[in-house]
Amino acid sequence: MATVGRRGSLFRLRRAGGTPVGPDGALVAALAGALSPDRVRNDSAERSLLARDASVFKGGLSGPICFPTSTAEVQAIMRISLAYGRAVVPRGAGTGLAGGAIPLGAPVVVSTTKMNRILEVDLDDRVAWVEPGVVNLDLSNHLRPLGFHFAPDPSSQQACTIGGNVANNSGGPHCLAYGVTSHHVVALDVVLPDGDVVTLGGVDPEPGGYDLRGAFVGGEGTLGIATRIAVRITPNPPAVRTLLLAFDSIEGAATTVSDVIAAGIVPAAMEVMDRLITRAVENFVHAGYPDAAAVLLAEVDGMEAGTAIDAERIAAIGRANGAISVRVAADDEERARLWKGRKTAFGAVAQIAPSYYLHDTVVPRSALASVLRSVYAIGEAHQLTIVNVFHAGDGNLHPLILFDPLEPGVLERVHAAGAEIVAASLDAGGVLSGEHGIGVEKRDYMHLMFGPDDLDHQNRLRRAFDPMCRANPGKVIPSSHSCADIQALRSVPTGVWG
Amino acid sequence: MTARAVAALDDFAAEVGTVGTVAVEGCRTRWSAGGPPEPGARLVRAPEGVLEHRPEEMTVRVRAGTAVAELHSALAEKGQRSALPERGGTVGGALAVGEDDLSVLGRGRVRDALLQVRYVSADGRVVTGGGPTVKNVSGFDLPRLFVGSLGTLGLIGEVILRTNPIPPASEWLSSPDADPFAVAASLHKPGAVLWDGVRTWVQLEGHADDVGAQARALETLGSWEPASGPPEVGPHRWSLRPGELRGVPDRIAGDWVASIGVGTVFASEAPPLRSLAGGLGRLAKRMKAEFDPTGRLNPGRHPGGGI
Repeated sequence: MATVGRRGSLFRLRRAGGTPVGPDGALVAALAGALSPDRVRNDSAERSLLARDASVFKGGLSGPICFPTSTAEVQAIMRISLAYGRAVVPRGAGTGLAGGAIPLGAPVVVSTTKMNRILEVDLDDRVAWVEPGVVNLDLSNHLRPLGFHFAPDPSSQQACTIGGNVANNSGGPHCLAYGVTSHHVVALDVVLPDGDVVTLGGVDPEPGGYDLRGAFVGGEGTLGIATRIAVRITPNPPAVRTLLLAFDSIEGAATTVSDVIAAGIVPAAMEVMDRLITRAVENFVHAGYPDAAAVLLAEVDGMEAGTAIDAERIAAIGRANGAISVRVAADDEERARLWKGRKTAFGAVAQIAPSYYLHDTVVPRSALASVLRSVYAIGEAHQLTIVNVFHAGDGNLHPLILFDPLEPGVLERVHAAGAEIVAASLDAGGVLSGEHGIGVEKRDYMHLMFGPDDLDHQNRLRRAFDPMCRANPGKVIPSSHSCADIQALRSVPTGVWG
Repeated sequence: MTARAVAALDDFAAEVGTVGTVAVEGCRTRWSAGGPPEPGARLVRAPEGVLEHRPEEMTVRVRAGTAVAELHSALAEKGQRSALPERGGTVGGALAVGEDDLSVLGRGRVRDALLQVRYVSADGRVVTGGGPTVKNVSGFDLPRLFVGSLGTLGLIGEVILRTNPIPPASEWLSSPDADPFAVAASLHKPGAVLWDGVRTWVQLEGHADDVGAQARALETLGSWEPASGPPEVGPHRWSLRPGELRGVPDRIAGDWVASIGVGTVFASEAPPLRSLAGGLGRLAKRMKAEFDPTGRLNPGRHPGGGI
């Protein structure tokens, strides 16, 4: 048994409430023996809290919740869960939008929140070793005085964890020029579902063997649990220019984005917001956004001369596409204000509707304008308001379907509209997800993008990591191609929606 | 996808078939990478041709048997390039080997360039992994698994690669007396910083004014002269941590050129073989067994086994 100190006393107080007894008593006792009693929770209220992540999906009641502090403890959890025939689901901050962290089939939940140390920053190798529970923005804040940052910057970066970023291969506005999480993860210590601990990848450029680190990133918790992560740190650019262009049509903004790339400019970021969301943001944070059909927030960085030239060229391309105003941030303070508007957009939506379903697809840039027209038409057909704020430079759409969950039958309409948005994106030559992942949300859409042989091979990759199907079962791969021993999860369980 | 493109892949699949050992032949640029193919393996060739370059999407669809030089000349017509190495033979071979260009700091890594892979599986089927857009997290990352896999998981037939604009200005300089590590630290996004133990080569890329300003700033770190390009380098690649490169003179015999900030050392001598021990070895074996249970694809080759 682990040491029992003050934390142990706290646990005994909880235990007095009768917590760990029940059907999982022996499992909980084994887990508590491997960790410490206060870091294994089996209270039904806490377990029910974890039925959700930030998506619109709801899982079942989870099994015991573990708060490990080391690789060895994660390994022990994995082995004990395996011995008890239980699945394991890792969980970071719970900000995922595809239901990847929700429990299906009462799995043991491994929370990474107590593994939140930045272990080492090596400026010679230009990497930082971190634990999976480190918050994305905390890492960049830690690196700033050294002149570096961690490039992936999801909108949830104040809350989401690096482990979650790895699981979802997360993006963010600045991934246009810098690439998504997989570009920036060089090595990982991973506890495999059979309890083996392996180091995937390496700080050197070609560690040898298959690129299993590349295969692991974006695995959505179905391939194992990362317990130490080496990420590449990116030098802060010497010069940055941020522009805000306003358009009287969303097509003007979309065409500008496509034309900028065609002109050979790869900005650090290009974000578009439509009128409804722009108004909400302006009302919320007073970022100085104009009232226009669409605004395009573009940022270029790099060396001084090139940055200035590219900013002028983007402004000219915007004007040629009907920009009604072009504003260049005069200083860091104005630049921060413009970005604050973009980064708080999802929060600002609360002024328009009590809830929203945030979608995520990617289309070719040249198809942005036509797919956006389809998205608005889909909203009208289902009598739903849809607003758009998205990573236009990557062609990564983020339609927000707004709704009031108290309205009877609304979820079915929201679901139907979402399915049509996915179909419209695929019809335009796009893909299911740009950065939120598949989870349970798009698992049953996978066959729209991949054939049976394609899905069979994705499942082979998964089986190599997890032959017993114990890691986050029921996610990513549609049931007809997934592991044979999880019959119970063959369809999304009743009640998952809402 | 046009009927012609499908037919080329189907023909390749038919050629690979479902029985007997097969090895893919490109230009034999890295024929011994990971060990030469076992004698007796039937030689097959992937189809050729650049299918569709979309500069505004920064993508190109190309068949694996196409020469890298042909691909790059097609991309250059629209002012773009890819991360594939200029000294690569075929597109499929370069991806299967996974060797980066000498200017990897500017061009990016090969592992980050493969957006979609269409390959012939061990049971003769055409399988697609990844997607056509520059950003995509739909399902597991088969493209990254295939880069550097030496054709042991499937035989690459056709791919979509990310492309990038060619910078407006580019300049190679070399110096007999500059400290390459100080040079690398002083530059923002150089194309390359290379060092052979005595001489340092730098590729500056970007807008002409920035390239000029960086060249002038370098004068404080040594004496420089224009160079026509990177130095000739050996066929073998050592993989070291970037922070270990100062120790290369004591570690690698023969001629070598180190890529500063990256960790690759191109050398005339082969690096020692690495073995994948323990859980990692078991995982790699399970991966091979899932994709090629009978071991018919490129037998004799082992990813990570040297050149």
